[in-house]
Amino acid sequence: MGEPTPSSRSVMGEPTTDGRFGEFGGRFVPETLVAACEELEAAFREAWADPAFVAEFETTLRDYGGRPSPLTECRNLSSQLGLRLLVKREDLNHTGSHKINNVIGQALLAQRMGKTRLVAETGAGQHGVATATAAALLGMECKVYMGAVDVDRQALNVFRMRLLGSEVESVQSGSRTLKDAVNEALRDWVATVENTHYCLGSVMGPHPYPWMVRTFHHILGDEAAAQCKDLTGGDPDVVVACVGGGSNAAGIFSGFADGDARLVGVEPAGGAAVGRGVPGVVHGMTSYLMQDEVGQVMEAESISAGLDYPGVGPEHAYLAAIGRAEYPSVTDDEVVEAFTLMSRAEGIIPALECAHALAWIVRAAPEMQGQTVLMNLSGRGDKDVDQMMDVLGMHGLSE
Amino acid sequence: MSEASPADRAGTLGALETHLRARRDSGAKLLVPYVTGGYQGWQRAVEAAAAAGADAIEIGIPFSDPVIDGPVIQQASTAALAGGATPASVLEEARELDTGIPHAAMTYYNLCHHQGHERFASALLEAGVSAAILPDLPYIEAGPWLEAAASGGIEAILLAAPTTPDHRLAQLCEASRGFVYAIGLLGVTGERKALASTATEIAARCKAVTHRPVLTGVGIGSPQQAVEACEVADGVAVGSAVVRTLMSDGPEAVGELVASYRTALDHG
Ligand SMILES: Cc1ncc(COP(=O)(O)O)c(C=O)c1O
Repeated sequence: MGEPTPSSRSVMGEPTTDGRFGEFGGRFVPETLVAACEELEAAFREAWADPAFVAEFETTLRDYGGRPSPLTECRNLSSQLGLRLLVKREDLNHTGSHKINNVIGQALLAQRMGKTRLVAETGAGQHGVATATAAALLGMECKVYMGAVDVDRQALNVFRMRLLGSEVESVQSGSRTLKDAVNEALRDWVATVENTHYCLGSVMGPHPYPWMVRTFHHILGDEAAAQCKDLTGGDPDVVVACVGGGSNAAGIFSGFADGDARLVGVEPAGGAAVGRGVPGVVHGMTSYLMQDEVGQVMEAESISAGLDYPGVGPEHAYLAAIGRAEYPSVTDDEVVEAFTLMSRAEGIIPALECAHALAWIVRAAPEMQGQTVLMNLSGRGDKDVDQMMDVLGMHGLSE
Repeated sequence: MSEASPADRAGTLGALETHLRARRDSGAKLLVPYVTGGYQGWQRAVEAAAAAGADAIEIGIPFSDPVIDGPVIQQASTAALAGGATPASVLEEARELDTGIPHAAMTYYNLCHHQGHERFASALLEAGVSAAILPDLPYIEAGPWLEAAASGGIEAILLAAPTTPDHRLAQLCEASRGFVYAIGLLGVTGERKALASTATEIAARCKAVTHRPVLTGVGIGSPQQAVEACEVADGVAVGSAVVRTLMSDGPEAVGELVASYRTALDHG
């Protein structure tokens, strides 16, 4: 082993020219879409190098999206858990989650490329709502694919998307959740690629999506790093985020990856791609994937529609493989407890997705006594209260 | 098909391409029906199609996430999987077939990746399958598979799309084995009311850069459309129409359907 070369290359830097993070990533799409991915990559590189585009992106996120989002010190939970808990308030963004960052970036890019129509997949409906919102803002046509199971458990978001002027198609194929919505959005894109941009909602899919989506979310990691420094004088000891495809985690990790903070991505037990998956290829990428013994993709199962995904973004597979980040999983029961805990202790109703992050913090608190823990509160729980009323009963407690 | 020859190991043409070139050079238009392996009655459908004048058969190995397939083939795949079909069971059943024409497997890349390229190729070979089509493995990512297939005696068929740029089209046609699969339209598998104009355009672009047989597939929904496509292409691959017939009317009806395509192509 030679000396480490003095390099400015970030742990979360640009992927290779063939879209690889280590051995993960790539561009495993039908031939019909290869040219579209190449065109998108070229357009993204060109736009991101143009200060006018970056300024428009940042201004839109500020004046329309409400950025920067605050960093909140959770004093009650901190004293209960014996650590210092800081949360990045992505729940306070317009449309209620971190998803708006990526969507504004992609929608502006699509418009710059001359596309007139957006398609998107959605699980919990947050990405679908954000895409429908951007389409309304920019005067674009929009169609959102959502698994039939999720249409049922996230009825409010379905209505929101329709109210915003988007078409929502309930996907009946396969497991009728997020992975099938991705399949259906890809099928749409194969047929409409000339005028349509596929506004993918996480750091997954074919190159350049994982890299591009993370780049649009980098803003939240940068803000969090600056806010932590102001508040505590440095980086936190631990950075925690939930992981479905991994976009909110990639965003916050990217603010700290080159420092010393421990990075923790929390998966649901029923969708633990890194924890239980093996390398596979689906939805345009090589990554960890939950599959059966012959390679059929398994159906993820979790209480949170937004994390019901059997795969994970390729950069997370890479961060896990090199040991830079760890990916534990939590059970639905732990998540329900964390959901109520945060509501009662802090007056913040979290989305079920980021309740996974808190659930892990609660479990791991005994080994983190006295440490500063930064959690990405990726979204608000409004969309989940209906479902939680069934789980917890009318009084909000399982007493 | 008895034994697939170890095609590219010797640098010679494989069984599928040899057969298709000979048929083409004798003046025939090529007809390659697709049948979803593992679907009830699929073996009889394949035999009926062969008897009705198919030049080769595509055998679908069902996958959980068939992203380039439309509703008809999705439905057949889902039913086959629900009935317990696995890559091994389909190949085991394929091995029992005696059609006298070459077989090509059509499936998705993860099943190949999961098993390992070499083992996947040898599993095909053992089942008497000459070639493979992996529609979600584009040419730019196909390098390792092309190598493993070549050394394993399997013809790796590549797909060309209306959106493929010229420089890549030439390379892709060169690298393909068996035939070049020209995707006739922007979209997923399924029948359409009329033949898309892209169907003849992409076939013509392929023909201009390769001597390999060029077959147009995706969107061929009637004998008349097949004839139209073959004004430029060397032949057609017909999937959804065949599978729809298998699901609604059973394997014998597949023989009648394929015969109607054969007649149309022969008397155009
Ligand atoms: C609030 C919230 N957090 C997290 C996620 C999961 O996505 P990702 O892993 O890409 O951050 C979702 C997805 O719907 C979400 O709505």
